[in-house]
Amino acid sequence: MTDTLTPVLSADWGTDRAWTLEAYERAGGYSALETALKMAPDDVISMVKDSGLRGRGGAGFPTGMKWSFIPQDNPKPKYLVVNADESEPGTCKDIPLMMATPHTLIEGVIIAAHAIRAKTAFIYVRGEVLHVVRRLRAAAREAKEAGYLGTDILGSGIDVELIIHAGAGAYICGEETALLDSLEGRRGQPRLRPPFPAVEGLYASPTVVNNVESIASVPSIVKNGIDWFGSMGTEKSKGYTLYSLSGHVARPGQYEAPLGITLRELLDLGGGMRPGSELKFWTPGGSSTPILTAEHLDIPLDYEGVGAAGSMLGTKALQVFDQTTSVVRCVLRWTEFYKHESCGKCTPCREGTWWLVQTLQRLDEGQGKDGDIELLLDLCENILGRSFCALGDGATSPITSAIQHFRSEFESGLHTPSRELFPPAASTLFAPQTVGGK
Amino acid sequence: MTLTDLTKDELRELAGRYPQSRSALLPMLHLIQSVEGNVTNEGIEVCADILGISAAEVSGVATFYTMYKRRPMGEHHVGVCTNTLCAVMGGDLIFERLKGHLDVGNDETTEDGKVTLEHIECNAACDFAPVMMVNWEFFDNQTPDSAVELVDKLRAGETVQATRGATITSWREAERVLAGFEDGLVDEGPAAAGPSLAGLEIAAERGWSAPSVDEAKQASSGSGDATSDTKTGAAEQADTQRAETETKVEESPADTAKEGEDD
Repeated sequence: MTDTLTPVLSADWGTDRAWTLEAYERAGGYSALETALKMAPDDVISMVKDSGLRGRGGAGFPTGMKWSFIPQDNPKPKYLVVNADESEPGTCKDIPLMMATPHTLIEGVIIAAHAIRAKTAFIYVRGEVLHVVRRLRAAAREAKEAGYLGTDILGSGIDVELIIHAGAGAYICGEETALLDSLEGRRGQPRLRPPFPAVEGLYASPTVVNNVESIASVPSIVKNGIDWFGSMGTEKSKGYTLYSLSGHVARPGQYEAPLGITLRELLDLGGGMRPGSELKFWTPGGSSTPILTAEHLDIPLDYEGVGAAGSMLGTKALQVFDQTTSVVRCVLRWTEFYKHESCGKCTPCREGTWWLVQTLQRLDEGQGKDGDIELLLDLCENILGRSFCALGDGATSPITSAIQHFRSEFESGLHTPSRELFPPAASTLFAPQTVGGK
Repeated sequence: MTLTDLTKDELRELAGRYPQSRSALLPMLHLIQSVEGNVTNEGIEVCADILGISAAEVSGVATFYTMYKRRPMGEHHVGVCTNTLCAVMGGDLIFERLKGHLDVGNDETTEDGKVTLEHIECNAACDFAPVMMVNWEFFDNQTPDSAVELVDKLRAGETVQATRGATITSWREAERVLAGFEDGLVDEGPAAAGPSLAGLEIAAERGWSAPSVDEAKQASSGSGDATSDTKTGAAEQADTQRAETETKVEESPADTAKEGEDD
């Protein structure tokens, strides 16, 4: 039986100057790289495949399998791109990781590049996190000076160049094909698949796009082995992961645990909800995953468990809201976000999100019309699955799930503004009943 | 204002860092902003010239991304997260208070040119909600009062340090770092703080850790690998119907064999 919390990626976040090469090497950093460089690339791929590591950026696709799709008989250069554009509302795990221990990610990058035989790798980090960009650039410089990056890494004959690339503010660039267009210096708009990036990705060359946490997990697997990794987690969702708890909880933060822990367990660790709070609804993995309620407190937070409950594990961003919160106000705000971030390429998403916002604004103001709820559901049906990428799909998730669980609140929107039913001041961090309560 | 040769050299240096020079366009526009205070017409033309693409193409990119500004910016960019979770936790009240206090609307600059106020989307610090950003540095767990105090200090030119980050310089200097030039402030601020360490602290209190390699060996019951090893199987197991449909399209015999040859 493993412990309830199993810090691996976060284990050294409390260390003094953890971001430096010196601190990382003192903690055993870059030893996995030495091991991996002595392995044949295909053996590294097999190892990651056999470990059962699945993508930590939302979709849960097996990481090693993604690597194995790179056609090695293709004469074009191969590329590795790390998706560090963490922007899904509620998601806040990759940013602290890169801030505290950027070398964990960089070690993973070099191992992954070796496995897929890429000589150039990129970390595409969102632009709105200045200090993280600083830490990444410095870490890449230090790693190069120490011979972990560049030509003939540690005398292995293997070359890997790493480019730290800051984005410029566009949620859509977290979608892997939009990210590739953006990295090519274009507007970030998704591409139709197939072809998948593994075949035609960056510069129409074979490309692997992986999330930060997925790549950062690789050194620990190489170092400790697949049995170690598989001793944590569940049968189909192996290993440890970062759960991010936020909102009306007593102790928000990052909790690294084996896959399959429940929200009830996570809440109990930090002292439950904030004083006077009762759980009303929560997202399991960011705003694009259908919301859940108190009846789902005991579902295992792994890919299968959350899927069976009608939602998705997503990014494991657990945003928790209490009884003071208007679900209509929340859904409106999320929808405004999707409207703002829709890239405009596909009509259902571009136009549909405007219609959704207009309808939700009426309901939030208590000026909804008869049939507005049905209109919302009809719009969602016409957006879901009808665009190039999942942004439009994600926009429908909070709406359909909120209507399913809280239909009466939407009905109240026909006559009463949400701010009267749920005065916003009561929900805040600095609301009178919570100030001094901690 | 005319871009200097030094800036043009730096723009070319950025273009040289990538396998294909156009990839440098986003960093180049960040650099233009750091020099000019916003993306200017001249900046657009110089980028187009260096990359051998049209000014319209550069302009199309510059207007797509929220961080690029076509109007002159204040010395400091102050962002208030009003995405759902931060809004509920107090971001809406903070933003309203600041608009009143600074007498500006969204995306507007104070009369003294010191502060441009903008409401921003989720900035990946939800466990520190409500969050503000100054020149894209984190200011965690804000209140309307602390927000007013912060902007007053910025306007008075006092030294301000981010909660998790460095001493605040200016929006332009921040843009230079984003473009790709280090500023020597990397060692300021903590590795992690507060909520980032919540799980780690609880684990330490209770003596919990990831298993050692030996413990894991003993615990291993030789259970097989349940992760699918076919592409369609993996896509089905993956957390999205979309991956499944797209993979089936790719593997369908009806797939157009001539795809990619139609240009």
